[in-house]
This record gives sequence, structure tokens and C-alpha cells, in this order.
Amino acid sequence: MAAITVPLAAAPREDSPTRRALRRLARRRGAVVGLFLVAFFVLLALFAPWIAPYDPVATSWSLVRKAPSAQHWFGTDEIGRDVLARVIWGARASLLAGVVSVCISLAIGVPIGLAAGYLGRWIDMVISRFTDAMLACPFLILAIALAAFLGPSLTNAMIAIGIAATPAFIRLTRAQVLAVKVEDYVEAARAVGNSHLRIVLRHILPNVVPPLIVQATLAIAAAVIAEASLSFLGLGQQPPAPSWGSMLNTAKNYVENAPWMAVWPGLSIFLLVLSFNLLGDGLRDALDPRHS
Amino acid sequence: MRFARIAALALAATLPVAAQTLRVGLGEDPDVLDPSMARTFVGRIVFASLCDKLVDLDENMKIVPMLATSWEWSADGKALTMKLRPNVLFHDGEKLDAAAVKYSIERHKTIAGSNRKGELAPVTSVDVIDPLTVRFNLSGPFAPLIAVLTDRAGMIVSPKAAQALGEKFNTKPVCAGPFKFVERVAQDRIVVERFPQYWNKGAIHFDKVVYLPIVDATVRLANLKSGQLDFIERMAPSDVPAMKGDRRFRITQAVELGYQGITINISGNEHSQKNPLGKDARVREAFELSLDRDAIVQVAQDGEGLVGNQWVSPKNPWYAKSLPPPKRDVARAKALLKEAGVTNPSFTLMAGTTSDAQRVAQVVQAMAKDAGFDVKIQATEFATALKLADQGQFEAFVLAWSGRPDPDTNLYQFIFCKQPQNNAGYCNPQVDALLTQERVTNDAAARAKLFEQIAAQVHKDRPIIYLFHRHWISAYTAKLSGLKPVPDALVRLQDLKFN
Amino acid sequence: MGRFLAHRLAAIVPTLFLVSVLIFGLQQLLPGDPALAIAGEDRDESVVQHLREKFHLNDPIPVRYGYWIRDVLHGNLGESVRIQKPVTELILEKLPVTIELATLAMFFALVIGITAGIVSAVFKGTPFDYLANVVALWGLSTPNFWLGILLILLFSVQLGWLPASGYVSPFEDLKANLASMVMPAFVLGNAFAAVLMRHTRSAMLQVLSADYVRTARAKGLEERVVVLRHALRNALVPVITLGALEFGALLSGAVLTEQVFSIPGFGKLIVDAVFNRDYLVVQGVVLFTATVYVTLNLLADLAYFLVNPRMRG
Repeated sequence: MAAITVPLAAAPREDSPTRRALRRLARRRGAVVGLFLVAFFVLLALFAPWIAPYDPVATSWSLVRKAPSAQHWFGTDEIGRDVLARVIWGARASLLAGVVSVCISLAIGVPIGLAAGYLGRWIDMVISRFTDAMLACPFLILAIALAAFLGPSLTNAMIAIGIAATPAFIRLTRAQVLAVKVEDYVEAARAVGNSHLRIVLRHILPNVVPPLIVQATLAIAAAVIAEASLSFLGLGQQPPAPSWGSMLNTAKNYVENAPWMAVWPGLSIFLLVLSFNLLGDGLRDALDPRHS
Repeated sequence: MRFARIAALALAATLPVAAQTLRVGLGEDPDVLDPSMARTFVGRIVFASLCDKLVDLDENMKIVPMLATSWEWSADGKALTMKLRPNVLFHDGEKLDAAAVKYSIERHKTIAGSNRKGELAPVTSVDVIDPLTVRFNLSGPFAPLIAVLTDRAGMIVSPKAAQALGEKFNTKPVCAGPFKFVERVAQDRIVVERFPQYWNKGAIHFDKVVYLPIVDATVRLANLKSGQLDFIERMAPSDVPAMKGDRRFRITQAVELGYQGITINISGNEHSQKNPLGKDARVREAFELSLDRDAIVQVAQDGEGLVGNQWVSPKNPWYAKSLPPPKRDVARAKALLKEAGVTNPSFTLMAGTTSDAQRVAQVVQAMAKDAGFDVKIQATEFATALKLADQGQFEAFVLAWSGRPDPDTNLYQFIFCKQPQNNAGYCNPQVDALLTQERVTNDAAARAKLFEQIAAQVHKDRPIIYLFHRHWISAYTAKLSGLKPVPDALVRLQDLKFN
Repeated sequence: MGRFLAHRLAAIVPTLFLVSVLIFGLQQLLPGDPALAIAGEDRDESVVQHLREKFHLNDPIPVRYGYWIRDVLHGNLGESVRIQKPVTELILEKLPVTIELATLAMFFALVIGITAGIVSAVFKGTPFDYLANVVALWGLSTPNFWLGILLILLFSVQLGWLPASGYVSPFEDLKANLASMVMPAFVLGNAFAAVLMRHTRSAMLQVLSADYVRTARAKGLEERVVVLRHALRNALVPVITLGALEFGALLSGAVLTEQVFSIPGFGKLIVDAVFNRDYLVVQGVVLFTATVYVTLNLLADLAYFLVNPRMRG
């Protein structure tokens, strides 16, 4: 009797969750557009010294509020500075405002949230009360009060926004930890005798990361707007250094005689924030296992 | 037929004229509406309709009668006798007489929280000579007193209402102005309505005035253009060209009574020692020579301002014409720095967070660079800046003064040794002596000479570098006429009307 | 459930205490002397002294906190230094204005956000999805003070359709009131629409793949019926409870919107007070807002608890 070999279909290669997530991300066009725009602005900010046609703080009395022309593609502002150069350099300030603020929030919020969720009991209670208290104060009010307290500057604005945004991250981290803490593999790890620190770092933290990434991306968008808002009140980046928020604040007085002063920073803020929002939404879809 | 027409005309004549309301846009919400405690500029705009004063200012900075019809100084200058206008009533129907004046002045001097104490310090007592004559007794001759009485210190309040309300007077102020108080909603509006028994009622053509604080200049102007406001105070200079071309609106520009300048810490304390400007007058001179005042006005104020170098503007009758503003001279500035042995002078310039102050600071920074100065701008919030200035914790400060009618009040408290607002820490005995002299003589010519001497010395020492004087720009609908452009930039309702 | 309620109520007290400490600390530690700031340009020494005494500024911070808390517990939130009006009066005056603004804004947000969320979820992956996304995100991506100014220039100055700024009480003139609130409510609601869109979308997506929806589809029901009757109703519950909690976020946005449109509400009150160092106003208003927020939180939890049968019992 002849042995019949039935060729088995090749087993599909196991995709890592990250690979799957990235593929889901790639499928959402909105997120891809967002990613490209973010990358564009990051490059703009990084290479500002080489790309900008003029010195962003070089004033020129004779060129006050000149309309866009061949020499000044975006026109000049109220003391003769080139708007294009300021928009390019402003990308740095705005991106920094967004990214650094959120980094501060993460650096403070995640460890505290982990502690609250994992250690529980009275530590959790104290931290939760603090978080509730901070969340009970409207975000912008807290940021304004902090910025006024620290003094008007971009750095202080970043710190103020970062601190004001921290409670949201504490809450999020804590909620995730609570959800993961009761999973079987965590119980198993503890039964085997792993130290708490090891459990937190190896088992809990990786599960907290995906929603944090999403929240962080969306928070960057909100932080850029918050910096613009603080600049409107005179508390953000101080002149002569450019930031889109402070450029808008000055430009609003000249909207009718020199609209180009406002159009470009306004458009830039809009695009940057929109792209972070799109990216964040896309990441949420991609990383949420329920939306496969 | 003819009868019908006459009847119609007669009927029309008896019909009430439609209520005329004037809507004024203010740059900020006034503080307390109590003449003794108020301290904001916009508060004075509201007072112009609520509270008449003993004397007033006209467009040429001359002092003219208001509640007082005439006045004279005693021979030794220590007593000022004023005759009051007869038949003037307060809004509550009480008579305005010498007793009411005495009460008001004493209230200004004694009520807790009064901001008028310093202004009226030389007045020791007020005597009632007869119901329409009042005498101010002074501790010593004080020429600026008459000018002080053109402002809030000269506002007379109804004793009956003030006694009844005490510190709460601001909730329902009762004075003797053309309009009486109706209501106030904080940060929203202040409404006043015509007082029928006003002594000069013929000059008043509105039934109601509504003051609306709108902080953002762009939005304030938008309100004027869309017809929701009839008048706005403080329009931005950059909007002037467009508004000038718009036939629906008119603008007036008045040179301010005050000044914009840079105060330098020369007190000798640690901050002034850090600062090359604070240590050597030659460095200060070099700094001043590096500045092109015309360009500053052009760039920082869109040309809406007047170059100046004294505490009063060149248009002011008290300006010392023998000391015109210096022109920019970078070469000489560099030479002076070399002479003083200073290379790479660098200092911190404190400036408020308003865009006006920042623009001035930036222009100064850019200009001074040409002479070798490295100016660092430190944007400081108003409340913090005041504290730092008073404590001498600054090197240089872009400081503006809103201005008062008498030149002494633009000068004394900043220049006289050890005065609380002498942030520069300036102390020059000769200048002090001159200041004391100009205050006690009523002879205008003599005072002018003294001011000239002070100007010369202050100009040499440079505790304050006076840069320019802004234009107070008001914009209003072309339907309004009769506006008098007095340099104190207040909106006087007398003779103002819709065409 | 009683235990749950008691537990939550007990948590409110320490939270509010911490809020009071937080906002008091921030205000008192602000640089610059409030007495000087209030005394203004003239800075008359006697006035400064008088203010210092009146507001206990010469006492150490804990003592000042004690004075304040004692007054608060007696219902006295102090008075505004700048215009000498009691804070409670200011709150009662301004609160209805901001509530009206927030309500109208919520209306805009719900209409734009929920519609966009439904469209985005139902038409997931198609151009409609992206369009709905961008429309909803547009409000979140533009600084609201900027959007406000642009709208004023267009609708008030150019077209003359709406008043540029200001506020008229609805009891005085309802039409004028609505006219003055349209633009600010839109600006404020716009930003919030994106948040609502996200919640609606994720809730809808969750629900659309749920068992009972599949059952409805299997039953042969029309897609529209499935969506509107079954999915939406269940999706809306978490959306609405979350919406109540975003009251704080709405107030945040109101701050700048009220500044630009000169609406005399809470947001404007707080910002002006921070800059004028009118700290009693800031403290009083923030404490009040926090109390409202915490109460709303509690009510929302209660509502969720009652609505969700699995949590009961």
C-alpha cells in the first residue's frame, strides 16, 4: 500500500501584536496622514536653522508689515521680521510645548498611577483624593495660575501645562493597573515569587503602555493649544522668540491690515494639532484589540 | 387743510424725542466707583458723567470753572479761597454748598482706603466761610493744588448719601454730575441716566450713557464698526490708517499727559552695581544716544506718538523748549563707552507683558545693539513688576506714567530723594531744592524757569530716560459731534450730541 | 447601594479640602504683593497698609488660610478687592451666564459630535468616516480665541448679522440674548464636539458588534433601525454620563471664549481675578466650581449605577 502524503498547508507565521497594530494603523488613512504631517513638522523644527530663510528675530524698520513677496514668502510682521522664518522656528516652540509638557505629565503621572493602582489601600486613597482635587479645578485655570506663579516664559508654560495635565495620566494608569492586576498571569507571577517591582515592570507596564500612547498623543495636541492659549494671555513664549501662539496673539491686532501675520501660524497650529489628533485616534483604533 | 398742518406740527412738537443713548466702549472694567478710593483711568471716564469737580481742564490745559466759579490764593500762598456755583443740586436733591465741599474733602483725606490722601496731603483743613465760599488751609504753599482739584480729589459727593452708605458708597454713588447712577454689572456694563436738574443741563443731549468694558482691542473696534458702540476709547495705532479712510467714523488723537520711558536703577544697591548703566552716567548717555526716538515711535506706536525727552510732552506749555530731544548718534555712543572703559555692556530690561511694552523693549533692544549694548528683555507681569521696582530689584524698567495735569505730579514722586515711587533711587540735593521751590510758588513764569533747571540736571544724570508720549486715540461714529479733545483723554459729555 | 453612596460622599470632604489648599496655596504664592497690585499706579502708602490689614496680608500663610476657611464655612467667600463686591454675589450674577453658555455649547457639541460619531462608526473606513472625523476635530484643533476672532470679523464686522460681543440677559431681550450667544456657544461647543464624537464612535463600534445587535440583524431588521433603535440607545448611556463629567473641561474652554466675546461669566471672572491678584475671587470661584464638579461626578456615578443592572445588587 502506497503511503499517501497530504501536503499540509504552510502554517501562517505568528504576527507579533505590534506588527498587527502597525498594520491596522497603516490601514486608517487619517492616521497615516497625521503621521506624515507630524513627521513633517518635526523635521521642520529639527532643521529650522538650515531651512529658515532669515533670522527669526532680525528686525527691520523699513520692512514693517509688508505683504508676501518674492523676498518674504509669508510677508513680514509688525517690527519687520520675516514671517516664514518665524513660522519655521515657531515649530520648535510649539512642538516642544506639546511634547515636553506631556513628557512631564508622563514622568510624574505614570509612576504615581502605578503606585496607586498596584499598592492600593491608603496610598491609593490619598493619591486618588489628590487627583480628584486637581481634576476638580478646570485645566486652563490651573495652568494659568501655575504659569502666573512661575512667571511668563515658554519653559514655565510647559511645566504648568505638564503639571495641570498630570492627573489625567494618573487616573488612566491607575485604571489600567487595576484592570490588569487581577489577570491570571499576574496572579501566577506573584505565586511563583516574583518581586513586586518585577511584576509591575514586566507584566503590568506593557499592558498600560498602549492606552498611554494614545492618551499622550492626544495630550500633545491639547498641550499645543494650551500653549497658544497661555500666549494669548501673555504667559507663554516671550518675545522676541517666536511661537505660533504668541504670533497669533500679536497678529490678532492686525488681522485686517496684515492678515498674513495670522494666517500662517494659525494654519500651522491647526495642521499640527489636527495631525496629532488624527494620529491619536488612529493609534487608539489600532491598539484596541476589539477593533480588529 | 392749513389747520390740520399746524395741528400736526404742534403735535410733533409736544411728542417726546426718542431716548438718546450713548454707548461707550472702555478698555477695561473700572474699579470702585467711589471718587475717594478709585484709581483706574477708565474709572475717571465714568466719573466724567457722574461726578462734577470743583474745576476742570480745557483743551489748552487751562483750568476752568466747574463747581467753583472763581478762586484766589492768599498772599502767603497758604490758603485757597473758592467761590462756589449757586443752585447746584446733588442727584438726591440735596444742595451743593460749602459744607458739602468741606465734607467731601475731609472724606477724601480720612476714609479708610482712600487713594486721595497723598494728593491732598498739604491741605490741613477746610473752612466754610459762607454757604457758597470755602477756604482750603495748607501747611505750606503748594502750587499743584488747583490742578489736583481737576481730578478725583476735586469731586464733591453728597454728604447725606455718603454718610448713609459709608464704605459702600460705590454701590450707589451720588454726586453732582450731568448723569446719575442707575446700575452696574461687574465686567459687563455701567448705566447712567440724565439728571434733569443738572446745572448745565443745556449742554447735555443724551438721556442715557452705557459704558461697556471690552478688553480686547480688536473686539472693541469690531463693536464700533458693527454699530454696537458709538464711541471707543483707546484704539490701537495700527487701526488708524484704515479708520481714517472710513467716512462712517472719526478719530481724535490727543498727546497724553504722561510719558513712556525707561527707569534706570542708580540707587547704588546690588542690582544697580551689576548694571553698567547704573554705575556710570556716561554709559547711560551712550545708551540714550544709541536710541532713535523717531524710529521707536514709528515702529512701536505706528507713528502715533510724539517724541519727547522730559516728563511733559513738547506740546505741553510746561515743556522746557531749551532742551529738545537729542538725535541718535551711535558713533558718539561708542566713543563714550570706550571712554568709560566699558566693553560689551549688558543689562536686563524689565518690561510688562502687554504688547505695547514689549514692542518698545524690543525696538530698544535692537537699536542699542548697534552701539554694542546687549539688552536682555525680561517680561514681567504687572503686579510682580511693581513689587520688584519698589524694592529696587531691577536694572532697567520700561515704565510708563499715565500723567497728571500739573507737571509736578509727573515728576516729584519719581525724582525727589527717598520718595516711595522713586524707583531709580535718585538723590540729588540741588534737584530736591529746585523741586521744593517750584511747588511753593504760584508764579507760572518762575515755575517754568525752575522746571527748566530741573530738566537740565535730570537730563545730565539720567535716572529716567524719557522716550516719547503716546497718542490717546479715540474713535467714534461720524454721527457724533462736539467732542473736545482734552489731553487727559476723558470723554466729556457736555456739548456732545448726535447730529 | 447605600454603602456605595456613603463611601462616595465620604470621599468628597477630603477632596474639597485638598482643592481649597491647592487653590489657596497657588494664589498666596503668586509673586507680587496683592496690596501693591490693587493699590495701582499711585501706590499710596496708607492705602497699601490699609489693604494689608484688611486682608490679613501681614499674617503668616497658615493663619490666612484659617481666616479664609472659617469664613467659607460660614458661607462668606469674601469680597473682590478690586470692586468691593461679595464673591457670593459675583458668583450668583455670573453663574447663570456661564450655565447658559455651557448649555448652548453642549447643544452644538451634541449635534455635531454625536452625528459625526454615528456617521464615523457606521461608515467606518469610508471617506465619510474621515470627513466626519475632520469636521469634529476641526474645533479641537483651532485655538478657540482665534476661531472666535475670525467669526467676529466675519459675522459682525463684514456681514453685520450678529453682535460682535457683549451679553444681554434673556429676561431683558431673548432674541438679543440668543444673538449674542450663538458665536461663543459655537466656538465653545466645537472643541467639545470632538470629544463627544470619539466617545460616541467607540461606544457605537462596541455596540454594533455586540450580540444583541447581531441578533437584530439576523432577525432581518433594517440597518437603520438596528443603528438607531438598538445600538444608539445603549451607546448613549456612557456618552451622556461622560458628558456630565466634562463640565470642568467646558469651563476651561469658557475662560478664553468669554474673554474674547466679553461675556460676563465665570471664566472671565476668574482670569481677570488672577491677573488683578483678586485672589479671594479666584479662591471662592474655584472652590465653588470644584464643589459643583464633584457633585456632578457623584450624580453621574449614581446614574450609571442605577442604569447599569450589572452593578446593582
